[in-house]
Amino acid sequence: MRRAISMVAVSLAAVACGSTTPAQGQGSPQPLSGTLSLFAAASLTDSFKALGASFHQQYPGVQFLYNFEGTPTLVAQIEQGAPADVFASADTANMSKVQSDGLAAGSPKIFAHNQLEIVVAPGNPKGISGLEDLARPGVIYISAGPTVPAGKYAAQALAKAGVNVTPKSLETDVKSVISKIELGEADAGIVYTTDVKAAGSRVSGVLIPVSDNVVADYPIVTLKSSSNAAADEGFISFVTSAQGQAVLESFGFLPA
Amino acid sequence: MRPERVPVVIGVLAAMGAAFFIVPLVGLVVRTPWSDALAQLTAPETVEALRLSLVASLSATAIALLLGVPLAWVYARVEFPGRSLLRALTTLPMVLPPVVGGVALFLAFGRRGLVGAWLDSAFGITIPFTTAGAVMAETFVAMPFLVLTVEAGLRSMDRRYEEAARTLGAGRWTVFSRVTIPLIAPSLLAGAVLCWARALGEFGATITFAGNFPGVTQTMPLAVYLLLETTNPEASYVLSLVLLCVSVGVLVALRHRWLGSA
Repeated sequence: MRRAISMVAVSLAAVACGSTTPAQGQGSPQPLSGTLSLFAAASLTDSFKALGASFHQQYPGVQFLYNFEGTPTLVAQIEQGAPADVFASADTANMSKVQSDGLAAGSPKIFAHNQLEIVVAPGNPKGISGLEDLARPGVIYISAGPTVPAGKYAAQALAKAGVNVTPKSLETDVKSVISKIELGEADAGIVYTTDVKAAGSRVSGVLIPVSDNVVADYPIVTLKSSSNAAADEGFISFVTSAQGQAVLESFGFLPA
Repeated sequence: MRPERVPVVIGVLAAMGAAFFIVPLVGLVVRTPWSDALAQLTAPETVEALRLSLVASLSATAIALLLGVPLAWVYARVEFPGRSLLRALTTLPMVLPPVVGGVALFLAFGRRGLVGAWLDSAFGITIPFTTAGAVMAETFVAMPFLVLTVEAGLRSMDRRYEEAARTLGAGRWTVFSRVTIPLIAPSLLAGAVLCWARALGEFGATITFAGNFPGVTQTMPLAVYLLLETTNPEASYVLSLVLLCVSVGVLVALRHRWLGSA
């Protein structure tokens, strides 16, 4: 038993040593290490994995634990005491909820914006050219549920365009909207521009004009339950740095 | 008989084991907002979920009876090659993760599925996102419980009554409907109740295959899950409590089967 403990100590020391290797070209002298448990909105899945990977390159001592879900699911988990360090939300309403529950440490920073797009099967077989086509008979339209930011934004965009259509299903997050389009069970959905980009050739996107579109704000914050504030702050400054913003832009986000 | 003396270790572990089940139930009962439980229960979205759950689970049970009793009869009475394999395959949903069941249903009955593509092109019928889809998902997961219970009943019944009826000139169908069915009535009832309870609680296959829309496919378990994330989690506690009461009712109804003569 004692032997096992000393082995763990040695490997921990090795991890700690690894992290003291100074990051080239970065002004941060602080050696960051430990595990960072990142709770992020489903629409951030790919971009935050990429951000985590490049942050890990600079600070090899920091290991990431990702949890990507619909934002309200994350809020429910955080409220129930899930071990989260950093929370990135797809809207400000859910972030305010975390703040008013006294779970956020410090004030959130907006780190990116996103817009909506119509997602259809590759090549757009139903010939959908705008929001009004979603109400056409024979088109199966789905969206995220009203509790999820994406669902709320989709309803706002439809209202702006004056289109009256009831989704066939209210999915739990944008990922499942995309997967139902990919499976061919639904013809069209409203998701984020970044989701369409991430799905690549498996789906096609139809642009929504700026006048009807909705801009989503993405705030990020450190949580009070965090045991690793230094790494949290380091990661948040990385996300808002020029390098982090470039990563987000490459996934189709609009810079903060 | 002298009462057994419980060794300390066994006693402590047994108490922990029991507490593991009791404490969550207590949590649910304690945290339920009793003062406005009735208001939560009669809220439109709750009523909608309750109604849909009843319709879907009872339909699933009816289909399971219609198809499952003959299936159980075949398993119990007919010797044919591959019977064990077939029984294993049709019992699989009992142990299969329901989400996997939902995916499999997609690939069979979805718009591009093996059967679904044909249904769509020939009749314009699509099943996902409809109440029929929710019923199908529930039937898929729940029917095996009925089939196995009824099969066990058929195997343990006294077949001499059937033979007597046959010698007295009754036809095969008359024997089945007038002799066999009444004799296995207890198993039939237990199987149907078990199947209904499982259908009522179905979540994974339903949300995967049928989607989620209030009044169409949003059954109680889906509502419980989604309400937990809204600003009104108390509604979710109340609905959970309803499902808990149903489960207790089922357990009480079947106590002689499961709990011995307690």
